[in-house]
Amino acid sequence: MKRFRQNRDLAAVDGVHFGMGGILTGLCFILLLIVVVIPVVSIIYNAFFYQGHFDPTLFTEQLTDPGNLAAMWNTVKIAFWVTLLGTIVGTFYAWLLGRSDIPAKGLMRALFNIPYMFPPFLGAMAWDLLLNGRSGYLNKFLMSVFHLSSAPVNINSLGGIVFVELSYYFPFVFMQVVSALERMDPTLEECARIAGANQLTVIRKITLPLVVPAISAGALLILITSLAHFGVPSILGFSQGIYTLPTKIYAVISRTGGSFEGIRSGAALSIMLVIVVAVALMIQKKVLSSGSYDIIKGKSMRPTLIKLRGAKLPLLFLCVATLFLIVIVPLVMIFLVSLVKAYGLPLTPENFTLKNYSRIFAASGTIDSIRNSLFVSITAGILCMFMGTLIAYVVQKIRPRGKGVLEILSVLPYSLPGTVLAIGVILAWSGNILGISLYNTIWIILVAYLARYLSFSMKSSSAALLQVHPSLEEAARTCGASHMQSLTDITLPLIRPAMVSGFFLIFLPAMREVTTSILLYGPYTRTLGVQIYSLRDAGMIPQAAALGSVAIVIIIICNTIVTQATKDRKGV
Amino acid sequence: MDQIILKNVTKRFTTKTLGDIVAVDNFNLSVHEGECFSFLGPSGCGKSTTLRMIAGFEDLSEGEIDLCGRPVSVKAENLYVPPEDRGLGMVFQSFAVWPHMNVFENVAFPLRIQKLNRTDIEQRVKEAMAHTNLTGLEKAYPSDLSGGQQQRIALARAIVTRPKVMLLDEPLSNLDPKLRESMRFEIKELQRKFNFTIIFVTHDQSEAMAISDRMMVCDMGKIMQIDTPENLYNRPNSRFVHSFLGESTFLNVIVKDGGVYAEGDLTHPLGIGIPKDADEAMIVATRPNSVELAGADGSGYLTHIEKRIFLTDRTEYLVPVGNQTVKIQTPHRVSFSEGDACSVRFISPMWYPREDDAAEKERQRRLLI
Repeated sequence: MKRFRQNRDLAAVDGVHFGMGGILTGLCFILLLIVVVIPVVSIIYNAFFYQGHFDPTLFTEQLTDPGNLAAMWNTVKIAFWVTLLGTIVGTFYAWLLGRSDIPAKGLMRALFNIPYMFPPFLGAMAWDLLLNGRSGYLNKFLMSVFHLSSAPVNINSLGGIVFVELSYYFPFVFMQVVSALERMDPTLEECARIAGANQLTVIRKITLPLVVPAISAGALLILITSLAHFGVPSILGFSQGIYTLPTKIYAVISRTGGSFEGIRSGAALSIMLVIVVAVALMIQKKVLSSGSYDIIKGKSMRPTLIKLRGAKLPLLFLCVATLFLIVIVPLVMIFLVSLVKAYGLPLTPENFTLKNYSRIFAASGTIDSIRNSLFVSITAGILCMFMGTLIAYVVQKIRPRGKGVLEILSVLPYSLPGTVLAIGVILAWSGNILGISLYNTIWIILVAYLARYLSFSMKSSSAALLQVHPSLEEAARTCGASHMQSLTDITLPLIRPAMVSGFFLIFLPAMREVTTSILLYGPYTRTLGVQIYSLRDAGMIPQAAALGSVAIVIIIICNTIVTQATKDRKGV
Repeated sequence: MDQIILKNVTKRFTTKTLGDIVAVDNFNLSVHEGECFSFLGPSGCGKSTTLRMIAGFEDLSEGEIDLCGRPVSVKAENLYVPPEDRGLGMVFQSFAVWPHMNVFENVAFPLRIQKLNRTDIEQRVKEAMAHTNLTGLEKAYPSDLSGGQQQRIALARAIVTRPKVMLLDEPLSNLDPKLRESMRFEIKELQRKFNFTIIFVTHDQSEAMAISDRMMVCDMGKIMQIDTPENLYNRPNSRFVHSFLGESTFLNVIVKDGGVYAEGDLTHPLGIGIPKDADEAMIVATRPNSVELAGADGSGYLTHIEKRIFLTDRTEYLVPVGNQTVKIQTPHRVSFSEGDACSVRFISPMWYPREDDAAEKERQRRLLI
């Protein structure tokens, strides 16, 4: 019996038989076909084909429309500045906290990661409340104090959008660079000192070049995220007629009330957006060569911290001021506004009330939205966790022919803007294929989330699987375990921590998601983000702020649970 | 002339888990010009910290360091010359070759910092690379090279400025044994050509023995002994130094009525001379090659062969002495079988007082830092 099984396995390895490897590989292709390929093909098809024949007029129409071109130009400008400034700011603070003797490092690092947790559109809301060109609280205050005739700062501008996005996206670079600095062998820098280079030369010639791959990876994240970002430009830009491609797509579709024509125009615009992203990625690759160096070597030793001496206090003040500006100010603002009786009233205690909170909780929409968000986020997290692990296992361990295709397909949605993905999902699943219509149901949001977040869990599991040496599974096989048993008894338990962290990597961003769901929600399927957005859109700003505060509390609770749960877990 | 002088150098750390630790406790030593001087000791003994203080990466809690007649670290005056101005060469255990520069750029880096002109740089890099057998690899990147080649880059980079003092921080421990031996030879050869002073940090006693003119053995932040390799091996002043260099056998002995007895057998004396200040309970230290093994008719302590181990270049015997066991190494021609009766004679053994367990506990604690 044993002998027979062994032979069949060998045959499966050679690709002659349809063994377990073959089944898993097939499953991966089917899943990716449903989740990724069909929506993407739907967009391309609908943008270029009309009623079954090739018709590029819609696409060329959209491409030459001056409004759309302006939106495209805005998208590029915003992404360029956010990426450039975010990289500089992130690298600077990473170096300051990773290599200098600035005090309270641990606390500041934790605080610098906070913007990463919060939905940027809440930040945009807060800054809009403060610095709105007409009615911002801070603007009104400054105008009355200095007797100005017009608002000194207008956040509803390209600069304002760049500023708010910057404050939420520079942690991408910050986190990458801090961890690279931590893992870097300090003797690489010490050696340069011995060779006669002073501190500044060492930073310039050794430290910076060595963390370029980390900087580059972080910058890429900022670039993709900013190009595809919907929340901030929609909240700050709509009132001034400033559009980016993602907000333009939303505007086009909501103006036509979700008609097929509108969605088709959206599909054409989506292709424009995808082209912009692709070109940006290519340029980024040219500008920053992303070679990776082996800088983790030798015995771990405390790196020599650079003494800031006289510059210590000013730099500390700069850190605190930055943190105040990007973390404290928006939070406090949202919370204070959630307490005022009516928007526009001064923020003084006599105008405060808890009515906004009782009002939002009395409305069924709010409870529904929280429940919807929890449902889609948890379901998407769990499903993606298993699907991502499955694909990672097939790619890393089974290595079938076509594994490159699998890899590309599963990370493709990662660089597809959420807006584009939403349109693809609408086109694919509103009755065109096999008559399946998920439009206006919660399932369409789930399908979109699956595509959007699959790569997160795949990357997490993939990294863990690389650590599991093949000999571990082979040892199980020699002990008499079947392929399936060695997988369930050896490999899966070993990568379980990575799977769990993959789940949270999906659950947390899905809870605050707005870009995709704003295009997919139906009357009863609003998500938390959509609900806040629509409350604000309807002018109920204090209620929106109240629900925003609730969202922040939910996010903090979830995050605390995550960090507590993953703290003492041993990695592979 | 003394080129490196340490006066009362002390370094204290405060660690979160273990509290205050005196990593280096009142070190006094001087290294002569052109000498190869080793710091030898187990991990946590303070050898690397001392080296890093000489290099200028750590400040001093107390004391003074002079390099080439110039004070470079003086705690009392808060004087601290930064590493780049100390004119040293240094090679690290991790090689620390810069992965973003090719071999030429790595070696040329110190000269570019000195702003030499291009022809001089090329000339001197070429020379340094020739001395380290790297010729032809100028354009290669470190990641394409083997560990031995990477270490040669580190060496070339260290000698290219012709420093007077070379600090080597366990430079050979990441190499395989065969390569280690030839690199050791290459380092000595470079020293002969360029005539620099070497401070060599290692925990490998045979490496230190082979390369050093003099060495310092330290343990738990204290200097145990400074001497030539030969004297350290033949006349270790403490049980620790004895056990750290070469193989040792320690016998617990009792001194009674003018005779020396192994613990567990107070009837047959061992037949060795007693030093003047011996207590009643002492330790006698020998080495496997300084115990003479003879037949049962010999003049030494009578016992039998418990175990015989045939090795490539010698035969080892384990023989019981009292309630303890002594290891003896002999050439192959001295041949006994297990169970044979025999006699053993200890040739010029060393005497040490019994050591309590406290020292060993402290050693374990330091390893946790």
